[in-house]
Amino acid sequence: MELGSLQRRYIDFTSALFREGFLDNQYTQLQQLQDESNPEFVLEVVTLFFEDSEKLLNELSRTLDQQVVDFKKVDAHVHQLKGSSASIGAQRVKNVCMAFRNCCEERNQEGCLRWLQQVRQEYFLVKSKLETLFRLEKQILAAGGSVPVLCFLWPTHVETLSV
Amino acid sequence: MCDERARMLQDQFNVSMNHLQALAILISTFHHAKNPSAIDQITFARYAERTAFERPLTSGVAYAVKVLHSEREQFEKQQGWKIKRMDSTEQSPAREEDADLENRDEYAPVIFAQDTYKHVISFDMLTGKEDRENILRARESGKGVLTAPFRLLKSRRLGVILTYAVYKSELTSNATPAERIQAAIGYLGGIFDVEALVDKLLHQLACKHSMMVNVYDKTNPYEPIIMYGSNMTNVGLYHISTLNFGDPIRKHEMHCRFKQKSPLPWLAITTSIGTLVIALLVGYIFHATVSRIAKVEDDYRQMMELKKRAEAADVAKSQFLATVSHEIRTPMNGVLGMLQMLMDTDLDITQEDYVRTAQASGKALVSLINEVLDQAKIESGKLELEAVPFDLRAVLDDILSLFYGKAQEKGLELAVYVSDQVPDVLVGDHGRIRQIITNLIGNSIKFTERGHIYLTVHIFEEVLNSLDKEIEVHSTDTLCGFPVANRRCSWESFKNFKLELPASDPSLLSTSSSHINLIISVEDTGVGIPLEAQSRVFTPFMQVGPSISRIHGGTGIGLSISKCLVGLMKGEIGFVSQPQIGSTFTFTVVLTRACTNSNEYKSSEFHGMTALVVDHRPARAKVTKYHLQRLGVNAILEIDPNQVLSRLTSGTLTINMVLVEKETWSKDSSIWPFIISKLKGNQLDIPKVLLLTNPTSSVKSNTSSSMEYISTIITKPLRASMLQVSLRRAMGCGDGEHSRNGRLPQLSLCGLLHEKQILVVDDNIVNLRVASGALKKYGAEVTCAESGKKAIGMLKPPHKFDACFMDIQMPEMDGFEATKRIREMEADINKQIECWEVPVETFENVLHWHVPILAMTADVIQATHEECLRCGMDGYVSKPFEGEQLYREVTRMLVQVFIGFSIRHCLMEYRGGFEKGESWR
Repeated sequence: MELGSLQRRYIDFTSALFREGFLDNQYTQLQQLQDESNPEFVLEVVTLFFEDSEKLLNELSRTLDQQVVDFKKVDAHVHQLKGSSASIGAQRVKNVCMAFRNCCEERNQEGCLRWLQQVRQEYFLVKSKLETLFRLEKQILAAGGSVPVLCFLWPTHVETLSV
Repeated sequence: MCDERARMLQDQFNVSMNHLQALAILISTFHHAKNPSAIDQITFARYAERTAFERPLTSGVAYAVKVLHSEREQFEKQQGWKIKRMDSTEQSPAREEDADLENRDEYAPVIFAQDTYKHVISFDMLTGKEDRENILRARESGKGVLTAPFRLLKSRRLGVILTYAVYKSELTSNATPAERIQAAIGYLGGIFDVEALVDKLLHQLACKHSMMVNVYDKTNPYEPIIMYGSNMTNVGLYHISTLNFGDPIRKHEMHCRFKQKSPLPWLAITTSIGTLVIALLVGYIFHATVSRIAKVEDDYRQMMELKKRAEAADVAKSQFLATVSHEIRTPMNGVLGMLQMLMDTDLDITQEDYVRTAQASGKALVSLINEVLDQAKIESGKLELEAVPFDLRAVLDDILSLFYGKAQEKGLELAVYVSDQVPDVLVGDHGRIRQIITNLIGNSIKFTERGHIYLTVHIFEEVLNSLDKEIEVHSTDTLCGFPVANRRCSWESFKNFKLELPASDPSLLSTSSSHINLIISVEDTGVGIPLEAQSRVFTPFMQVGPSISRIHGGTGIGLSISKCLVGLMKGEIGFVSQPQIGSTFTFTVVLTRACTNSNEYKSSEFHGMTALVVDHRPARAKVTKYHLQRLGVNAILEIDPNQVLSRLTSGTLTINMVLVEKETWSKDSSIWPFIISKLKGNQLDIPKVLLLTNPTSSVKSNTSSSMEYISTIITKPLRASMLQVSLRRAMGCGDGEHSRNGRLPQLSLCGLLHEKQILVVDDNIVNLRVASGALKKYGAEVTCAESGKKAIGMLKPPHKFDACFMDIQMPEMDGFEATKRIREMEADINKQIECWEVPVETFENVLHWHVPILAMTADVIQATHEECLRCGMDGYVSKPFEGEQLYREVTRMLVQVFIGFSIRHCLMEYRGGFEKGESWR
């Protein structure tokens, strides 16, 4: 694929990510932190997020599978996940985590399991999205271009978007 | 009374009868027993006349003698007249003489008669039908007998004849009839003129007229013969009395009745009838009432039953909806997620289009389900409101950005204005407020093809105060110049509004209570709602017409949900709509005031600057001013472009920027080059010129001539963050670029953070990484710690750190606790240093140890902020890190810290360090 169409595809894809609420401005902030001295910053952080999240998700399903659920522990894990997802701007994961915590407070094991399912789904979604994004970035760089930097002044909120 | 009359009549009759009997004896004694007779006709007549008073009921008496056929001739000679027949006296007396008298063996010619009946002398009594019968019976029985009533000769009046037989010799009481016939020699008859007699009798008694008296001969009970009185039919009531006139064969009766019916007692009758009618009516009314009450009660019971059932059904429905909606949502999210993933795979254009369509439909379905779920939740009373602090202005900015695309498509002007009286941070359910406003704006956008949509937020009391002013506002002074519906009408029906009107001092109300009553309006210049549909606007699933959902989509549930949500927030919702002019929806909500006042933009780099807003529409300029004020920029409004130059040159204020509305610019585009050149000529610090434009208006095409003077074009709708970015670009500062005039302190902070040792404490490695990345970006040397405990160890003086960022929520030991420990530790050492217990050299010659600690927290609740300060923290930054915000917080903190500690040493060192780019500890 030629560089121009790659870049356009990258822009389209990123805008879609923002429009559909997968990412929010925090991700832009991350991108802004990345510079020549720290060229892999976003990838580094996001990879860290993946590792951390997968660890947490596994931990969560293990905790929730037990006969007597330690809701405190669950809450702590979800809090962690919420914090890290907020840090990279994975908005939808963060939102689900917030709801998850509410459910946790009610000590509703079944509800928690459902939310875990939801979080997992959102996580894998955003993961696949980000991986695609990185792949695109790599392709652009390999083609000798520069990754376009987008500034999103109009973050949209999918969950409130009235149809 | 009738009996009395009958008795009197009977008595008088008996008297007469007795006298007749006496007369008979007189005749037998003086006529037959004497020879020659002592009585002749004259004597008899005179005697009878003179004794008439004794027989009040008789009109006359006559005596007939028994003459045998053999004695006839002799008798006739002796008397000097012939015996005549009775029935033919008047017609042909001459012929009768020879007729059938020969056939008879005996005769009873009248020889004596009272003068009034003289004409009957010589008539043979046996030839009269009644007389003959009477005579035969009288001589057989020896008693007085009566004839049936008949018409009397001559007088033609009704009468009866009483006959007594006169015997030759005295007979024993038990003599046989044959002996009596043999002994009979004459017959005395008394004529009773019943009619005259009864009349006479009744005359003697009073009230004759009121009585009708009839006397009947009832010998033959089937054919009564009337003896007295008019022949009347047997109508009416009458009294019957039996009369006994001494003749056992004949039966007589007297009938009495009132001649006239007694007058009816009209008053009594009317009264009683009236009473009866009233009683009936009352009875009927009572009956009707009772039956009605019973019916109503019965109906009520039925209704209650039905109501209960309906309510139960409604609850069941809501629960069902809630359950089903939730159950649908979960798999739908899966579907959407998978579609999303499918999008990322290699698809050709058609496939991608299919997926996109599927996804859009799925999203539409999810949002519909969400709405239904909301409605169901509200109906089943399960919806609970959150109470979290939030910045209303930021929320509104977000909402505006949400509709940016749609407004742009339609070319609508979208604006928000929040009164400065509305606190920065409010406590309430911002999600629901967002939902309501989103819904209202969404509707407005749907139905508006031109003009604007204007969202305003005021404090309730403020609106009350400005009531009078509002009236004066000209209707064309709106955001885009189109007329709008008078929004005051939209809240006129609010109960609260009327309730609070009399409050004399509303300002007192707003400041004293912790509750704050917001009034939020969404004004549009759309097609409006048809009058006939206005009443059912808030009814679920009701749309203006069936075509609406086809044209504009939607379920019609939004407004009903909004109404419920507003109700939950103790508010009210109302609207005013004029077809073809527009609609304004207004609602109120009661929120709680948060004590903090942390407008994130107030401390922006533009603080204290002055801007001139040039716009010929005051309403629109107000919006611009509002957004500028949020950034801390003083805004001066100017309507006339011609005045701009004088404003810029003559004013004592230095104006840093000029914001010109595109429309105003185009109107007088020629004046601007003149102004700019004038300014340039004056060698003044030329303010930056910014153009405010609507997304649709093509800026370049018609203003290209003067475009070169414009630093930046700001696309509306205005939002604080976007305006900030635009201004920063225009003013040439931000994103690490140094400001031209160097006014902005935090820009030098880049150097301030340079090579600083900063400790970041967070249990979340991702956060840790991001935070350190952000800080490293500005040249800081970042060390990470994963727990509070580790941080304490690392911050034990002497240490190398210049500042510390501490997460609050951490397992084992939270940020507060860790900070407390650190502060205790520091205080301990400071005391030791003060008392020279330990050599200062050990602590790197620092006299007072106090490492600035900043909390990192995801929520900006006031309580957290206070808690931070109490624990000895110096400030806080909100997570996740945002470059600019981080700058600001660090700047503020450092300034505070250094002023707060006003230790010359530190300050000196800071200054020195600052100048030399060295340590500022």
